[in-house]
Amino acid sequence: MKILTCIKQVPASSNVDVDPETGVLIRDGKNVKMNPYDLYALETAYLLKARSGAHVHTVTMGPPSAADVLREALMMGSDGATLLSDPRFAGADVLATAYALSQMLRRIGFDLIICGKQTTDGDTAQVGPEIAEFLDVPHVSYVRDVDLRDDKTLRIRTVDDRHEDVLDIKLPCLITVDKDANTPRLPSFKRKRSTRDIRIETWTLDDLSDKEATHYGLRGSPTQVESIFPPERQATGRIHSNLENPGKTLFDILVEQKWLRGD
Amino acid sequence: MAYIKIRQEKVDKKTVEELKEICPFDAFDYIDAYLSINAACKMCKLCVQKGPEGVCELIEGTPASIDKGAYRGIAVFIETRNDTIHPVGWELIGKARELVADTTNPVHALIIGPSTARAAELALAYGVDKVTAYEHEDYRYHDLERITDIVADFCKRTRLNVLLIGGTPYGRSLAPRIAARLKTGLTADCTKLEMTDEGDLVQIRPAFGGNIMARIVTPAHRPQLATIRHKMFNAPAPATPFGVIDRLSEAAGKQRDRVRLVSTRVRPQVDDIADAETIIALGRAFKKKKDLALVEPLRKALSAELACTRPLIENGWFDARRQIGLSGRTVKPKLLVNIGISGAVQYIEGIRDAECILTVNTDPECALASISHHTIVGDLYDVLPTLNDHLKKNGRVPS
Repeated sequence: MKILTCIKQVPASSNVDVDPETGVLIRDGKNVKMNPYDLYALETAYLLKARSGAHVHTVTMGPPSAADVLREALMMGSDGATLLSDPRFAGADVLATAYALSQMLRRIGFDLIICGKQTTDGDTAQVGPEIAEFLDVPHVSYVRDVDLRDDKTLRIRTVDDRHEDVLDIKLPCLITVDKDANTPRLPSFKRKRSTRDIRIETWTLDDLSDKEATHYGLRGSPTQVESIFPPERQATGRIHSNLENPGKTLFDILVEQKWLRGD
Repeated sequence: MAYIKIRQEKVDKKTVEELKEICPFDAFDYIDAYLSINAACKMCKLCVQKGPEGVCELIEGTPASIDKGAYRGIAVFIETRNDTIHPVGWELIGKARELVADTTNPVHALIIGPSTARAAELALAYGVDKVTAYEHEDYRYHDLERITDIVADFCKRTRLNVLLIGGTPYGRSLAPRIAARLKTGLTADCTKLEMTDEGDLVQIRPAFGGNIMARIVTPAHRPQLATIRHKMFNAPAPATPFGVIDRLSEAAGKQRDRVRLVSTRVRPQVDDIADAETIIALGRAFKKKKDLALVEPLRKALSAELACTRPLIENGWFDARRQIGLSGRTVKPKLLVNIGISGAVQYIEGIRDAECILTVNTDPECALASISHHTIVGDLYDVLPTLNDHLKKNGRVPS
């Protein structure tokens, strides 16, 4: 069985702000990390590998530096990795991102694709299901448990607000894994050594079967960010600072506004 | 459409440094005296607007154009499973009515399932012009591919302008399939929607994972798809129906049998913070799980529900259903007390409709302070113990 895992490099901090004077985005450092939700996707793949001897190949799309998260995945348990990187993908929205990835995944070949439930920078949870649609395979989102029922079917468990469902899904398919589905492993020093010689290939648009550049990046994106702006701030409130006894002040406010009775 | 061109003859060490400083996404590479933009670029255009003069230039391509007048109406997907109907649909009908006000555009409700009668009646009462009910015993809730067949066909057949879907776990799984099938744009978790005279849906949502809002449009694709979280908008009061029901009982879509429900269990409901009147929300200033006990006297005194921000869910300190924010619950309590939360935008979007907001935080400049009615500046580890003394002294806490 061939499992492909899709991961993403995201900013380490979500502290982004807009300078109200100039409108310039201010980012708190340029540190990056692996999208934390992807750790559960990778662990799911490694657990299946341990049970059934699957081959786990990990891919990402991003700038050349995104190869770092692939290297990390190799140190955790992936058997191979490929980076999709091309300036012609710049400005891609969900559709253009999912399309580019689906082109890549199809060419690599798969029985099962595993994604994290969402990323911490985009927060849309949309790329996984769109990939599934482009590849014409079924998908299930927010998966908690996976097991192979037979060599053509996965048995999975999902949990949402109201229901806990057990589903059978036919391979090939795509799943997105919920947070807390498992306990992700850490990169290991042993694997760091044993995977040192694995080369991470970089693919560009020229490696995909659809080479029409207008289908990718900004030009392949139906949605466009018209403008960005700081959220509305209504300065209606009172700030109580330099208090001698802030606990007492809070108590007094709660009493004064009749949330508490103050005998 | 547009791309950014770099005028290499104007590039030198100084301009490279300036551009690298401006770019929030680290998208500039300077290799062998050649400056290029890599795939990290989000086309925010700051390098064009704020960068050194003339180095980065925005090249506008010919925009793809469509006949926007040919696409009409807003449809709301009504999520039904067995006998339950998700109420986010009614909220979206209310928003759709606002968006089409002063136009002749219709509002549709789209219902797909083995039995649609009750949802159809309710949708009419919430004020749609037309209910399209695809009813057949073979329609399965989990067969997203078949549901996608039907929705996509409906969109094409009616030349639909906008499709709104509730941002439930189900909606967030279905909507992207529909968008990819129709090769159109989809914006997740919109917090505000507006409509231009031309019929472009202006979708506003937090972006780039931080404290930024983005205005997003879909200028040359129809239908325009958006998901919206439960309780983001208000449901209208039910009224005398004026719309019609179109019931389509012939089997539509393709049966693939690739996903099959084996068994299901209804989960016991925890007290839902979405309906709570008094909430105490706790944030990452709490250093240890056992410190959460510090709020227990206040919780009892106010009979409040406890809620939290995302980091505390990530710590595993709370059930995920207690998280406030766009990736958790939107709440509308009468009183919300925030303790040790500074207020990421995704959190603030989840509490906008709280009637009274009190905040305890060490930072008077924090984002949350600007929307709070009262902000107590102080460390929760000082504030809570003295507050608890006062509560005790006044007999607010059963000892």
